[in-house]
Amino acid sequence: MAQMNMIQALNSAQDNLLAKDPNVIIFGEDVGYFGGVFRVTAGLQEKYGKQRVFDSPISEGGIIATALGMGVNGLRPVVEIQFSDYIYPAFDQIASELAKLRYRSNGMFSAPVTIRTPCGGGIRGGQTHSQSPEAIFTHVAGLKVVMPSNPYDAKGLLIAAIEDDDPVVFFEPKRLYNGPFDGDPHQAAIGWNTHPKGEVPEDYYSLEIGKAEVVRPGNALTIVTYGTMVHVAEAAVKAAGIDAEIIDLRTLLPLDIDTIAESVNKTGRCVVVHEATRTSGFGAELSAQIQESCFWRLEAPIERVTGWDTPYPHAMEWDYFPGQQRILDAVNKTLQGG
Amino acid sequence: MGNRTKNRLHIPDAPFRPGDKPDFSHLDIGVAGSVERPPCNSKPMEIRDLAYNLVRVLDDDGVAHGDWNPNLNPDVLREGLRTMLLTRKYDERMFRMQRQAKMSFYLKCTGEEAVAVASTMALQPADMLFPTYRQQGAFIARGADLFQEMMCQVMNNELDPMQGKQLPIKYSSAEKGFFSISGPLTTHFPQAVGWAMAAAYKGEDDIALAWTGDGSTAEGDFHYALQFAATYRAPCILTVVNNQWAISSPQTIAGGENTTFAARGIGYGLPALRVDGNDFLAVYAATQWAAERARAGLGSTLIELYTYRVEGHSTSDDPTGYRPRNEPEFWPLGDPIERLKDHLIQLGEWSQQQHDELAQELEDYVTECWKKVDAMGNINDPEYAHIHSAALFEQVYKEMPPHLRKQRQQLGR
Repeated sequence: MAQMNMIQALNSAQDNLLAKDPNVIIFGEDVGYFGGVFRVTAGLQEKYGKQRVFDSPISEGGIIATALGMGVNGLRPVVEIQFSDYIYPAFDQIASELAKLRYRSNGMFSAPVTIRTPCGGGIRGGQTHSQSPEAIFTHVAGLKVVMPSNPYDAKGLLIAAIEDDDPVVFFEPKRLYNGPFDGDPHQAAIGWNTHPKGEVPEDYYSLEIGKAEVVRPGNALTIVTYGTMVHVAEAAVKAAGIDAEIIDLRTLLPLDIDTIAESVNKTGRCVVVHEATRTSGFGAELSAQIQESCFWRLEAPIERVTGWDTPYPHAMEWDYFPGQQRILDAVNKTLQGG
Repeated sequence: MGNRTKNRLHIPDAPFRPGDKPDFSHLDIGVAGSVERPPCNSKPMEIRDLAYNLVRVLDDDGVAHGDWNPNLNPDVLREGLRTMLLTRKYDERMFRMQRQAKMSFYLKCTGEEAVAVASTMALQPADMLFPTYRQQGAFIARGADLFQEMMCQVMNNELDPMQGKQLPIKYSSAEKGFFSISGPLTTHFPQAVGWAMAAAYKGEDDIALAWTGDGSTAEGDFHYALQFAATYRAPCILTVVNNQWAISSPQTIAGGENTTFAARGIGYGLPALRVDGNDFLAVYAATQWAAERARAGLGSTLIELYTYRVEGHSTSDDPTGYRPRNEPEFWPLGDPIERLKDHLIQLGEWSQQQHDELAQELEDYVTECWKKVDAMGNINDPEYAHIHSAALFEQVYKEMPPHLRKQRQQLGR
């Protein structure tokens, strides 16, 4: 075991697979010589050579399209889209090509591409470095969508994503790269060395895609969340002394509805929390599926805590970001309902 | 407003519209044999004029000229002729059957057979093809099973290799190196470059060839392809089939008015050729030249194949709404099948009688395949809609996730 932050854990995952499988190659903007603007691929070009880890033109559509072609020709490409805010030029190649290739060729062709992309806010990044577009990709048949919330999960899930024979969009909550975040920007930042999931094996291991985790057991209500908000929700209920059960989805598609339903059927109350905008956000899908599975056990309406339906702001970032108080307001409303 | 500026939008038009008398004498098509063939290892900067000329080998009498003549064995020429003719017979039959409502959709490649067939024949079997929907000739050249891999796909019947998942004519064959055809054009262009990059990464000699159209060079994907091809020297041949029309939009709307599509390569430092796409020998020779470069580690070539779309875009299109009905008859570069036939006859390797016999033989073969397919039913049969229901949820993912298993149970099939 070693102490790792999420950057080191993601780096270690790629290091392990570059060593294990000669068909794994890594490319993207600034990922080669420099090692990525967030340093997630630092040292990998030096260790494995330029044929395997290299810089790409600033062309997200080209990155995904060429990765698809490489996947068809036997490689297992891992590509980085530098910020998920920049993924939209590649959307056609992801949604209509990469996700559909296996289906449209009835399995004759497929491409095991992993798309790593930093997402989410809380870093003073403004509109074009803070977006959370995960729900858009959960609407695409043929994709898998993963978002870890800690270094241990990040490494195990990235290894699973790279080894998966279907395309995976792997979102990395960039506010969590260097430490867990409780939603209060005025507190001093803490590192992953304070968190048990900052303990990460240096060797190969993988975690199954499609499995949520109960990160805090409880009986009063269920909070369903993922990414950065896992830690904000944990801090909120801890401070308020609420006996909440918190589920970290880890994978959004395919969704582990069984783990969610088991918890909500037990607690009878549910709050869904995400950082992304509200309307047609992934919380809408969660609310729908939870009421389909748990309607007769619900004691109160399902609440959603989300970012507002505005573009991600700069100066007003902490008005936008759904912090502890917004979560507690929803939790209390749910506890009082019914 | 109009008084203050000379600026007006320039809206390019087609050369002729319904009611006009077509006359292509303004086109500079050069003379067969007049363009020199540079060595395959030439630097792109030294051969830029090739992007503006037109490589032609066959003249109007079927005589081959110049150093682009690939000097092919007559057996190869007869094979090319046979493949192009089979492609046309297949198209004619399928088009008629669509008109009889046997299938939802069809699309012909009439006049563009050489573009697909000669390019494919100039490559090795392990080279990968990235076609558009108008390169059925390439699939036939790769030995596609006309009955099962093509007609059954078009009919979406129970032997359809894609099990009803794809629109008619969107063929696919991993075994024959024929990449799954997507709906739009050019998405596959940078994918072909990626395939070629993987070949180079693995140290293999295989190369990729992709076709796209004049209209879709306007897509970003076209430029992604050229960008990555140039940056990484991917062993790939990128061809633009300039057939003058993108549904109803003339190639001038795609920016073909003031330059050539081949010249798009120059800005990326790629060698670029402009070739008579109705000349089997010229297409073959240009592909050979580019393939030799690619296998020598010199990277990609952009080739504009200058041709003409003789028929409508598809069975859903009526070209008389936007161009003169008789425009195809005036196209100055003739018909690729007739031109290769004339060449073989001129060489003393073929005769009109042999040609007529071959045409009859191929037509009979297509009819025989069609009868087998037709006996299997079509979309007008009420039960036909459900023959692939069991496959609806398969191949979305390699393994079916729980939510799809649940949905399959809900469908109840």
